Amino acid sequence: MTKLLSVRLVAILVGLGFTVAVLWGFLVGAYNAATEEAAGHVPYEHPKELSWSFDGPFGKWDKAQLQRGLKVYDEVCSACHSLKFVAFRDLEQIGYSEAMVKAYAAAKTVPGIDPNTGEASTRPGLPTDYFPSPYPNNVAAAAANNNAIPPDLSLMTKARGDGTNYVASLLMGYQEPSAELLEEHPEAAPGPGLYHNPYFPNLNLAMAPPLTSTGQVTYDDGTEATVEQMSKDVAAFLTWTAEPTLVKRKQTGWPVLIFLLFATVLAYMSKKQIWSAVKPKK
Amino acid sequence: MSFPWARQYEPKNGLTKFLDERLPLPRLVYNAVGAGYPVPRNLSYFWNFGVLAGFFLVVQIVTGVVLAMHYAANAQVAFATTEHIMRDVNWGWLMRYAHANGASFFFIVVYLHIFRGLFYSSYKAPREMIWLLGVVIFLLMMATAFMGYVLPWGQMSFWGAKVITGLFGAIPLVGEPIQVWLLGGFAPDNAALNRFFSLHFLLPFVIAGVVILHIWALHIPGSSNPTGVEVKSESDTVPFHPYYTAKDGFGLGIALLLYFAMVFFLPNALGHPDNYIEANPLSTPAHIVPEWYFWPFYAILRAFTVDFFFVPAKLMGVIAMFASILLWFFLPWLDKSPVRSGHYRPLFRKFFWFGLIPAMIVLFICGGAPAEEPYVMLSQIATAYYFLHFLVILPIISSVEKPEPLPYSITEAVLGSDKKVVKGENTSPAV
Ligand code: HEC
Ligand code: HEM
Repeated sequence: MTKLLSVRLVAILVGLGFTVAVLWGFLVGAYNAATEEAAGHVPYEHPKELSWSFDGPFGKWDKAQLQRGLKVYDEVCSACHSLKFVAFRDLEQIGYSEAMVKAYAAAKTVPGIDPNTGEASTRPGLPTDYFPSPYPNNVAAAAANNNAIPPDLSLMTKARGDGTNYVASLLMGYQEPSAELLEEHPEAAPGPGLYHNPYFPNLNLAMAPPLTSTGQVTYDDGTEATVEQMSKDVAAFLTWTAEPTLVKRKQTGWPVLIFLLFATVLAYMSKKQIWSAVKPKK
Repeated sequence: MSFPWARQYEPKNGLTKFLDERLPLPRLVYNAVGAGYPVPRNLSYFWNFGVLAGFFLVVQIVTGVVLAMHYAANAQVAFATTEHIMRDVNWGWLMRYAHANGASFFFIVVYLHIFRGLFYSSYKAPREMIWLLGVVIFLLMMATAFMGYVLPWGQMSFWGAKVITGLFGAIPLVGEPIQVWLLGGFAPDNAALNRFFSLHFLLPFVIAGVVILHIWALHIPGSSNPTGVEVKSESDTVPFHPYYTAKDGFGLGIALLLYFAMVFFLPNALGHPDNYIEANPLSTPAHIVPEWYFWPFYAILRAFTVDFFFVPAKLMGVIAMFASILLWFFLPWLDKSPVRSGHYRPLFRKFFWFGLIPAMIVLFICGGAPAEEPYVMLSQIATAYYFLHFLVILPIISSVEKPEPLPYSITEAVLGSDKKVVKGENTSPAV
């Protein structure tokens, strides 16, 4: 008994030790909070709530939109951004025929080896090739972009919170910083080679506005290529590149859940029946 | 080992007779989860989570073994092979989402299982060993989950590994050599990734082994129950099969519905977007946070902000974080109330619902939040309460509290009366 008592005595002392140590920090923190002014973050905007064909449990790809988005990527973004996890063959999933994919790939130049000399060279792409990177390496990428490396876009919409909305909002969100913002946060003024964008967490990024004027891309389906339209289309396309299996995933989910619901109802009924034998009668 | 009224296994046909004399596996199953195992008749749905934990352990092992067939533990290609699984492997995306969300569900059910143990003080005699093995399982689960999260080699994988192994660097003198030894280098790289993969593959099987001991230990006294009154007679129990197989089957259905709703419709909701960015030792994420199931303990780690005499703040945080779990080992000897169930302990119940649970919620929120005010100060108050609750309040209330009257037996609790009631014998002390 005395031994157990001492276990509890030790515990109480240890417990009080932790408590004093952590509350000491609390007091120091409270004192600092009272005497120092909090630094405060620059305020940035949360992405706009846009609506997408692939939203919700029944979402589907809008293949025409994905094809428009591919065109925006192809003609604008691919100058700076790679798409390294996407192969040309994958484009068949967004509605292109095998022949079209072959032609599309052949029009791209990918790194290769000269079959005669073994030297590094280039060759026309094959459907099995992946989208080539615009820069030979990160040093070249940084040198061409004011020291910022344009990130690979394959997974971009999964790599940011609310990614599809974020990418679309970012692309159409470039604007001059407001006077009030600069007054309150002088540090928010864009430095040389940086551009103000309220959706980017520190408000200034090294990407010049890539989409600036209506008609910058000519859509094959006749849709008017406004900045908003192009931003949304490329964001939708990048949602597909980030998760080509998104729609299949949701479509597989329904039969699984319906089956489980059925099985669970049966399990409930058999449980009720089995237990009725020993449940007290009311 | 079991109650005297337990049904006896009788092999019925030639095959089971043959087996019973040579390798009595059917007998083992019959006595473990069959009609030969009498279980209290009044278990609530809180007693479903042990079986669910076992189920999710199997899910993790099955999906994990499949993932390992396609994954390569090399810092150059780990991120790309993970994407290969997501894009090119048939049903690879399903295996990966099932594994990632399976880890979360494993922790959800184990947290509810531990919560049950704490409220009903299932850790008390004669079930101390079940509880101690449970804490061992929990520690192994944390190690396994931590190392698994490193494998896709995203930004949070890398920086999480760096921060957590960096904790060992806080140990005086030997800390840094230990950190280098753990990582096989000065920062997480190939050496670390390979050993983490090796251990991540191994540990679930170690967990499975400890689970067998856990259940073996459970079958000695049998399950406790919501009244905390021990089984007294046959009318207090029902055979595990079909009663609890049916109830566990229904519970499993509900768990699977929730689990697959997450897997198919919100597979990334519990993950961090930064882990879809490939690891980059040169770019530190704005906020390094572990997976959600570590948040309460991460909050305790970061709550210690000032040096305590000669102990640096960081070391203090590391000690406190480990202590916050290790102290569970001592619970059976800290809480000496003879009554198990929180339903009959008025004082304990108040501290549990209005102290421990709010403190855990605050710690959870603060652990996932950036290390700034008001989160730091909130986590400091909650951390103080956490240690006070287990190490000071529990030992003290167990001697000052006056428990409410207990039912004479489980039968009485269920049926309102028990034919065998003997007047004046209506308590059922745990010790
Ligand atoms: C002139 C080169 C250039 C072009 C063209 C360009 N970008 Fe960028 N992009 C950059 C650079 C540089 C960064 C890195 C910015 C930084 O980190 O400050 C960047 C960053 C981004 C980011 C990441 C922002 C973040 O949250 O970190 C996204 C998304 C993006 N670009 C999308 C696009 C899309 C879509 C297009 C085509 C419509 C495009 N970019 C065209 C250079 C470019
Ligand atoms: C892989 C993880 C685990 C598995 C598979 C597992 C399995 C089980 C099973 C099947 C039971 C009986 C059913 C029930 O009471 O729910 C049980 C009981 C128990 N477990 Fe676990 N368990 C795990 C982790 C833990 C942990 C982490 C703890 C505590 C830290 C714990 C503590 C207990 C206790 C105290 C009991 C007895 C409860 C009672 O009878 O009141 N277990 N476990």
